[in-house]
Amino acid sequence: MAPAPHSPAEALHLAVALDGAGWHPAAWREPDAQPDRLFTAAYWVDLAQQAERGLLDFVTIEDGLDLQSDDHFARDERTDRVRGRLDAVLIAARTAPKTRRIGFVPTAVTTHTEPFHISKEIATLDYVSTGRAGVRVQIAGRTDTAAHFGRREIAPLSAEKVNTGRRNDPDVQALIEAHFDEAADYVEVLRRLWDSWEDDAEIRDVATGRFIDRDKLHYIDFEGRWFSVRGPSITPRPPQGQPVVAALGHATVPYRLIARSADIGFVTPRDRAGAAKIIAEIRSEQALAGRAEETLHVFGDLVVFLDNNAPAAHDRRRRLDELAGVAYSSDAYIFAGNAAELADLLLDWAQAGLAGFRLRPGALPHDLAQITDALVPELQRRGAFRTGYPGPDASGSGTLRGLLGLPRPANRYASV
Amino acid sequence: MTKQIHLAAHFPGVNNTTVWSDPAAGSHIEFDSFTRFAQTAERGKFDFMFLAEGLRLREQNGVIYDLDVVGRPDTFTILAALAAVTDYLGLTGTINSTFNEPYEVARQFASLDHLSGGRAAWNVVTSWDGFTGENFRRGGYLAQDDRYERARTFLGTAAQLWDSWGGDEIIADKQSGEFLATPAPGAFKHSDAFFDIQGQFNVPRSPQGRPVIFQAGDSDEGRNFAASTADAIFSRHSTLKDGQAFYADVKGRLPKYGRTRDQLLILPAATFVLGDTDAEAADLAHEVRRAQVSPQTALRFIEQLWNTPLPDFDVDGPLPDFDPVVSDTLISKGRASVRMFAKNPVALADEWRARAADGKLSAREVVIEVTGRQSFVGAPETVASSINELVQADAADGYILVPHITPDGLAPFVDKVVPLLQERGVFRADYTGTTLRDHLGLDPLGQSGETGQANRAAS
Repeated sequence: MAPAPHSPAEALHLAVALDGAGWHPAAWREPDAQPDRLFTAAYWVDLAQQAERGLLDFVTIEDGLDLQSDDHFARDERTDRVRGRLDAVLIAARTAPKTRRIGFVPTAVTTHTEPFHISKEIATLDYVSTGRAGVRVQIAGRTDTAAHFGRREIAPLSAEKVNTGRRNDPDVQALIEAHFDEAADYVEVLRRLWDSWEDDAEIRDVATGRFIDRDKLHYIDFEGRWFSVRGPSITPRPPQGQPVVAALGHATVPYRLIARSADIGFVTPRDRAGAAKIIAEIRSEQALAGRAEETLHVFGDLVVFLDNNAPAAHDRRRRLDELAGVAYSSDAYIFAGNAAELADLLLDWAQAGLAGFRLRPGALPHDLAQITDALVPELQRRGAFRTGYPGPDASGSGTLRGLLGLPRPANRYASV
Repeated sequence: MTKQIHLAAHFPGVNNTTVWSDPAAGSHIEFDSFTRFAQTAERGKFDFMFLAEGLRLREQNGVIYDLDVVGRPDTFTILAALAAVTDYLGLTGTINSTFNEPYEVARQFASLDHLSGGRAAWNVVTSWDGFTGENFRRGGYLAQDDRYERARTFLGTAAQLWDSWGGDEIIADKQSGEFLATPAPGAFKHSDAFFDIQGQFNVPRSPQGRPVIFQAGDSDEGRNFAASTADAIFSRHSTLKDGQAFYADVKGRLPKYGRTRDQLLILPAATFVLGDTDAEAADLAHEVRRAQVSPQTALRFIEQLWNTPLPDFDVDGPLPDFDPVVSDTLISKGRASVRMFAKNPVALADEWRARAADGKLSAREVVIEVTGRQSFVGAPETVASSINELVQADAADGYILVPHITPDGLAPFVDKVVPLLQERGVFRADYTGTTLRDHLGLDPLGQSGETGQANRAAS
């Protein structure tokens, strides 16, 4: 299926990015914030159910194999920020059975984990959510994160390598590329493992005593630069065939990962023209990767501070900045305003070819509630967002792929 | 004093105990099966449910073994999902210490403990085979002698990570703006022959402090490991005599590690077949055994012991008259039980042939006799009495029951045997606590650094 063009009249896809008390570092101090519930299941169930009431496509859940830090390359010792987090896949698994339609896309770090484990974790998430699972792959370059594992084939990325004007040095570029190439290998292994069982491999043939047809199970025999994996998976092919794979990118190398490996790319344009430029680059890489005919959605990432009137949103952002002691900055565009203004912006940027948006609530639960209770109705009034989840007759009904218009992949190992 | 019985439910596994050919057998992978199983166990006020694990599909004669249930979910993920559909049931997962890293396993168990409100438990196992290692970037393979050492240091390291948060770091005071009471929570440093890691653990202390620790080792070394570090043992000794010997031995080792008898529970795995009468149950048990050992399965067992493919062998005739092939290379891979066969295959084959001669049994009938007899067979009253007598006689503290039908095979036990045990006052009528430690009668762990695991494991 070729990628569908998006005009304002067509429905946007909307996701929300959940992280701690929200994306602003002082969000946990808001009157309605619940910093004492961050490590309880109920907190995450409430948020996912709220997102589902807004008919959103999916939630992402941030993760990391280190303690959060304001410094991208080293730990800090701040005591005024949310610190500590639970495993994102397990949050998703704990939450999914309490919802019915919304998708779950937890973050998995590729740099230090085993693709065999992550493959079956996401396949199992797909089973427990009956086809609503995805995974956002992320590299972990920090030196101190690598020290948590003590086994690494690729040198970590340090601040001095990346930030001190050396970013364009060939050595540093090679290192960055190595991390992302490894992530691409990782996704290849995930997909092969998901395919390593054909859909009808379980036969339960009493006459011959066979539970499976072993000819429908496949060794994946992946041999790459950094690791090899034999297979097959211990988990049968999940309901969606292959759960949805997403990645976030800000530059050519990660765009290439998105183009080669992902079903959804999260990108961070600052305006409509920037979005068009990024999309052109991803589409070109996608063609180079031989995937021109495959659906690859590009979502714009935005941090949002939403209130019923725009001044209130700006005031709130300012107030949070004051509490944080520093003006909040982000890799993504930061929006403050009301739902109508945000709807204008989203529909404008969508013209550049964005299939949807991943909104990062500045503060939880406030900005999530504003998304579901103000932005969604505003987009619905403009005919730009679904007014209900698709009915039982829709193709891929009840699955995340179905919501996103992504076909269920054929199994690479199945003989026709 | 009358002991209280502990009961747990083992989700039917990927071996021939599980009768997938029964018309009542449901899916082994759909979440609905796991939900029904877990909710049945919780209806029976069980302490916990238990999941085994195997990280490579089994092979025999160089091809994937296809006669048993094949395929299962990821342990952590399915347990986290089951926490959503149960309120009290403990969630015990088997996780391998060879093909994981301590930081990751520690954060997954701590996360599961948070997300289940204190119901997580870890059955610590170790493999050493390069066969399974082929699925992992880390690769194989441990020298067999190193496996307990790795398990011990892995557990000790994980405990150090759990103890790196004391439980009072997060104050989240909106007024003062202090989220943390301390600038560097979770700091750790660990260096030994297996792990050289340092940094900050990123999951705050969980409701139980750490997961409840299970061990399944049976060797002298395994028993010491369990006596020094485990909260419960998943044993194979389900009969009176074996059970009492194992129980006395392991409980006797506890003082050496400064522990008391009630700090380590002994919970053998057990199977059961219920009938309206003892005679009916016995007949049913025989049918179940025949279903568990189909002609094809019997042949595979015989090949495993003889360690050679027997393509034209008739399982309704006698056992092979030649001796097993003694070799370091086994035709069966990824299966723990064949190591029992491999210890002394020639003697074991003689034993099987003697059984055949005594009972005038065919090869398949011998396999039915010598492998996997049910632990408890009888009318509900009989089974309740047997379990209670065994527990009161210190053959066990309770049992981990493995039904042979997924997912509803546990229901008859819950509906018919549990009420009898409750009437006798030897099993809880309702949950009295919320954490798995509560259910097991284990004292809560204190705050910072009091799991004791790190110290004991290192000694």
